[in-house]
Amino acid sequence: MLRVFRNEGRKGNDRVRKLKWKKARRRSRRRPGPACAVSAIRKGPLSKDLKPYSRECFYEVFEEEIHQVIVENQLFKPRERVAIGASGGKDSTVLAYVLSELNRRHNYGLDLFLLSVDEGITGYRDDSLETVKRNEIQYGLPLKIVSYKDLYGWTMDEIVKMIGLKNNCTFCGVFRRQALDRGAALLKVDKVATGHNADDIAETVLLNILRGDIARLSRCTSIVTGEDGPIPRCKPFKYTYEKEIVMYAYFKRLDYFSTECIYSPNAYRGFAREFIKDLERIRPRAILDIIQSGEDFRISTFTKMPEQGTCERCGYISSQKWCKACVLLEGLNRGLPKLGIGRSRGPNNDHKKGTKETNGAKSIESKQCGTLDF
Amino acid sequence: MQLTLEFGGGLELLCDSVKVHNVSVDMPKGAEKLIMKDLLGWVRTNLIKERPEMFMKGDTVRPGVLVLVNDCDWELSGQLDTTLEEKDVVVFISTLHGG
Repeated sequence: MLRVFRNEGRKGNDRVRKLKWKKARRRSRRRPGPACAVSAIRKGPLSKDLKPYSRECFYEVFEEEIHQVIVENQLFKPRERVAIGASGGKDSTVLAYVLSELNRRHNYGLDLFLLSVDEGITGYRDDSLETVKRNEIQYGLPLKIVSYKDLYGWTMDEIVKMIGLKNNCTFCGVFRRQALDRGAALLKVDKVATGHNADDIAETVLLNILRGDIARLSRCTSIVTGEDGPIPRCKPFKYTYEKEIVMYAYFKRLDYFSTECIYSPNAYRGFAREFIKDLERIRPRAILDIIQSGEDFRISTFTKMPEQGTCERCGYISSQKWCKACVLLEGLNRGLPKLGIGRSRGPNNDHKKGTKETNGAKSIESKQCGTLDF
Repeated sequence: MQLTLEFGGGLELLCDSVKVHNVSVDMPKGAEKLIMKDLLGWVRTNLIKERPEMFMKGDTVRPGVLVLVNDCDWELSGQLDTTLEEKDVVVFISTLHGG
């Protein structure tokens, strides 16, 4: 659906579109919620979506649009086992709710599961996991929790104690990615669905541009990723505005957890986030346009792209000798937490230079990142 | 004027973790009505205990904060110019926390 809209938008004259937009805004201001006393607004990409919807209509449009995205992109096949990456936050809670609803309504025939990662952050993840446990009961979906402690031998609390509040998000991010895959393997699912919304993806496009990370830039807008890997991931909310998700969760009184991670301030991402929200206020379509820009980037043929291989140590997908998680873990276990942070350090580079591995690798604490084979 | 104000999505943390506030707000001197612009100023002075920049930016809410007046998106009712009436319910939800 949205694809069609966006293409139409591109063909049209920009000035005409702006006028249409303004007119629609004025119209909607004059007549707030014509048919129904209570209205939500739907800020879709086209002016026609700016008209007010009643609560019930909003639910329907919201859910059916996600259904369309699922069908058009063939995100699922009948009888597949699908894990929903569940953090207890708004996006994954709404995703769990909507997917189980659509699964019933449109007979997808999916076996749905909730999959949570316990990073071991006291006062944050333990609380949000309580939300996921309630969701397990509310939506009748089996829940699997995998923890950093079990997979890597370290909780985030312990990691932060050792490395401080700098770079801790790098550890957490790298570990979470693998943890989800390993949890998915344990559940024997065919796919993982995550709650990434349009705002998140636009944010990631900008961040990848700011970092010059061309490999990720070309990947981050795909609605399905990792099809060549063990377990593909998909983003049914790719075209869904964060605002709509929050509004849906509020009106449906869905039970979600909304506290910032106690270790978080991921300042760089925070700036990108605010910038996008500022843009959205002036021109809501900006979010979808950034995604489209990300999709349409063409990478010059002489840009060197990293080759995908597998980690020599744990077998996880990696473009280097060792995957990032193994490098970080090695650093932690050897008491050199800076290993793998930044560009010029770490065993991957050591290998290239032909220097010898230090033999600290087999310390007592040493545990490979995860114990599953792919 | 009696109003019910609700904070969610993490914004409640800025006002002593209390989500629902039943408040009485006076009309600005010489004005005939109370509009959202007045209410935001009042909330900032009287309810927000810490980090006001998480709630407001300039004279309006910070981008990413959803505002509903009687369960209706304030973008439909005129945002800062929305007129408030006795017993109205105003909801502020941050979309910026977690995921």
